[in-house]
Amino acid sequence: MRLQAYWAGQGCAILQPYDMEVGAGTFHPATTLRSLGGKPWSAAYVQPCRRPTDGRYGENPNRMQHYYQFQVIIKPSPPDLQALYLGSLEAIGIDMALHDIRFVEDDWESPTLGAWGLGWEVWCDGMEVSQFTYFQQVAGMDCAPVSGELTYGLERLAMYVLGVDHVMDMPFNAPDAPTPLSYGDIFRQTEAEYSRWNFDVADTDMLLKHFEDAESECAHILAQPAKDPKTGREIIMAHPAYDQAIKASHVFNLLDARGVISVTERQAYIGRVRALTKMCADAYVMAEGAEV
Amino acid sequence: MDYLLELFSEEIPARMQKRAGEDLQRLVTNGLVEAGITYESAAVFTTPRRLCLNICGLLEQSPTLREERKGPRVGAPDKAIEGFLRGAGVSRDDLLVKADKKGEIYVAEITRPGRMAGEVISDVVSEVIRKFPWPKSMRWGACQMRWVRPLHSVLSILGKLEEVQVVPVSVDVPVGDSTEGHRFMGAGRFSVTGFEDYEAKLKAAYVMLDPAERASMIWHDATNGAFAQGLEVVEDRGLLAEVAGLVEWPVVLMGDIAEDFFELPPEVLQSSMREHQKFFSVRNPKSGRIEKFITVANRETADGGATILAGNQKVLFARLSDAKFFWENDLRVPLSDMAAKLANVTFHNKLGTQAERVARIAALASEIAPMVGAGADLAGQAAEICKADLMSEMVYEFPELQGLMGRYYAEKAGLPAEVANACEQHWQPLGPSDVVPSEPVSVAVALADKIDTLTGFWAIDEKPTGSKDPFALRRAALGVIRLVLENEVRIDSRMLFARLIIKMDFELKHRDFIEKADEIQVLLEKSVNKIMLTEVMQGYGAKFFSANVEENELKTFNSLMKAANLLAFFHDRLKVYLKDKGIRHDVIDACLKMPGNDDLTLLVMRAEALQAFLNSDDGENLLQGYKRANNILRAEEKKDGVAYEGAPEVRFAEEPAEKALFAALAEAGPQIETALVAEDIAGAMAALAGLRAPIDAFFDDVQVNADSAVVRRNRLCLLNRIREVMHKVAVFSEISG
Repeated sequence: MRLQAYWAGQGCAILQPYDMEVGAGTFHPATTLRSLGGKPWSAAYVQPCRRPTDGRYGENPNRMQHYYQFQVIIKPSPPDLQALYLGSLEAIGIDMALHDIRFVEDDWESPTLGAWGLGWEVWCDGMEVSQFTYFQQVAGMDCAPVSGELTYGLERLAMYVLGVDHVMDMPFNAPDAPTPLSYGDIFRQTEAEYSRWNFDVADTDMLLKHFEDAESECAHILAQPAKDPKTGREIIMAHPAYDQAIKASHVFNLLDARGVISVTERQAYIGRVRALTKMCADAYVMAEGAEV
Repeated sequence: MDYLLELFSEEIPARMQKRAGEDLQRLVTNGLVEAGITYESAAVFTTPRRLCLNICGLLEQSPTLREERKGPRVGAPDKAIEGFLRGAGVSRDDLLVKADKKGEIYVAEITRPGRMAGEVISDVVSEVIRKFPWPKSMRWGACQMRWVRPLHSVLSILGKLEEVQVVPVSVDVPVGDSTEGHRFMGAGRFSVTGFEDYEAKLKAAYVMLDPAERASMIWHDATNGAFAQGLEVVEDRGLLAEVAGLVEWPVVLMGDIAEDFFELPPEVLQSSMREHQKFFSVRNPKSGRIEKFITVANRETADGGATILAGNQKVLFARLSDAKFFWENDLRVPLSDMAAKLANVTFHNKLGTQAERVARIAALASEIAPMVGAGADLAGQAAEICKADLMSEMVYEFPELQGLMGRYYAEKAGLPAEVANACEQHWQPLGPSDVVPSEPVSVAVALADKIDTLTGFWAIDEKPTGSKDPFALRRAALGVIRLVLENEVRIDSRMLFARLIIKMDFELKHRDFIEKADEIQVLLEKSVNKIMLTEVMQGYGAKFFSANVEENELKTFNSLMKAANLLAFFHDRLKVYLKDKGIRHDVIDACLKMPGNDDLTLLVMRAEALQAFLNSDDGENLLQGYKRANNILRAEEKKDGVAYEGAPEVRFAEEPAEKALFAALAEAGPQIETALVAEDIAGAMAALAGLRAPIDAFFDDVQVNADSAVVRRNRLCLLNRIREVMHKVAVFSEISG
């Protein structure tokens, strides 16, 4: 909440999580699609993320298949973005005079989004607390102007601020509440359940079919003429098509966790998802151009 | 005059800083010198946030250049003279008249005034920034320029004593005489008047400018801290340079590793700490265990780094918990189960899965085992699990631990030590300076692994071209060469390559044929054994065009071509290798032309002995005698249009020197053959040395072109006999000089 208040104070629109399974906050259309084109943009939001291969049955102190990211995206990136970012750490109670904050090279790349950028992972006393990226390309298109993206791992940050060693031990409400709840009370069981399903139970034949369905629906949406015959208006459906790309990407992650995708096939699947994202991005840019 | 340049940006990746500093110095100073501004000294410094160049003793301006340009002759048409004036940029009154060969001509004296240093610097630096060769650069905001990370300001001052001027630079950020100190400990921007002032004010603002100073301070504090507790820091120069590039104000802190993690192999601790956290490992010399870590913070704190250290310790605990989780999970899985999972991993889409490859390596390792003194069963067993650790969780997380983890897991499973060692050593040698395994089982598996890779990629025509060698096949070939030579392994590689490639070809493309494995063997032995492969190729080549070739023979022919090509590739690598060892190129060629050139050990023995022989007095003289005989023979053969290949007959010998040579050759021939059969190359050379005196005497006393045709013919055949005897040892015609 303090992060939201801070970034709202810096002029970001506070958005809500996207209601689909995504592997990272970057997949939210508020980042992927809005970083394209020339219009200024500034937003912040929380996004639950699912990474099936990271499941550890709730046992690892900070690795889970479901966790939360806080995402800030500003276009064009302001010259004092690093200072703004450090201000956000101060805002959540990290005292710069006691901690060692470091910007360590980490170039970001998402092959499924056809996107890359240069930046750092930010370390606080050796712990990676954020990812800091200047987007250079998204969906294979050059970003002009460039967006600055900040991603905070919320659990890690909270553990840090609260001084907790294991994510599951973290209090989730006031410890003196009538029913004190920890992170583990809420998520330990679900982590174990999803870990088992992701790794060993998910029906791979069905998933393969879902992947293909999403792929063909995406193409089907974008194959429609821009002019809607019912309303007579120009409506390019970039967002519904992009939902299908997100779906395909998540299904691919599930298949990957099931271990049924070989190294060579992997590349092919990633290429297929990238092709979907690219089509959606083209449609989005076209729609934005049509608006002006 | 002195010039100081600082390019102040957001954090520059540590690995790029050194190269960027060198590039900045080279590009700016070259640009200045080209424009006539020379200097006395230059130095460059880098920190995570700045590139700094200090140039001392610059010329204030570039020298004035005078040039005389010759024009048309006096009395030439006005048009020509006007054209000349325009080109030279002078007026008619400035023209001088000088005498030339053709008479009097106009001469224009053109003066190019020197440019001020500031002007030149401004141009050069702007250009260097615009075209800076970063490995990866970026744009930011709505800026049009590129830099490694967003550039914030440029400090660019030129001065002499107290007179300092800002040299403009064309960039999209402020240019001036000021900079900032440490991101957290510094106190705002400040102006500087020169390098010493700059360096001192930076230090006051908690920035240590010189990376070498930062590195040596880190190392000094780290080793002292460890020593005080009876421990030692594990040396890691790469990590030291990297860490020095991550901080502007290094503060060394030492922390504990929980005892729970002492059971993990030390390499796992080191990898985990180095890769993820950039920590140095601190070892207890008594136990050999890694017991503490050292981290380098970028600032001082009121609590003496206690918070920072506690945070780092916590992160390390989570990291090592992960490593321990992998280790314990891996130990639960038998190596044979891990190896079985290789069936799901594609090695190369044309060469099948890793499991298929392992099966091939195992078969080959058992076959090679007796040649290197290893037990076939042990070698096969080792080969079957040598790649299993690729399927372990630990190697998935830390790929650089491949092989090593295999060894640990094999040891933990109670497998024989040779097998465990082979898991690690079969990857070696990884480069020209890496150690070569010497344990027989490791040698067998290492050879089988590399030979399988090479024959496989040759079978599918994926050879290295130019600088492209994506499968590191040159390294594999060099590995085989070093394994063979350093362990004196004897392999009939021509047969081996041919058989493996044929097998691979048929397995991959003509799966039906594999049942007829016996047939392959028969075909192969019929065709390759005891004959040079080139001859086989020629034979099949002829058949190829004459049609009616059996299909299988055709296929075999293609495989044999590939095997010959692979052997030639080996010979090329061997030449490079031997050249580095000081063996002359022509000596290698003389030995490569000999039969048995696929036995690399024999080949090198021969080359070494030949080079030693040629360096001796006898060798040098004998070579001259050989050349003389060869030259005469070639000239006469060409003139007469016949080859003098018949056996010379001693009954036609007239002169004593001639008879002596007959006797010497008759003696040396069998001696050489006996020595060669015993692989006593030095003995064969010694027998050759015995020919020197009779050959010298022959040329001194005997006229080859005798009047009698019979005698002349006999003597030419005798010369040919010299050539034949010497060619039993090496093809001397390849030797130059």
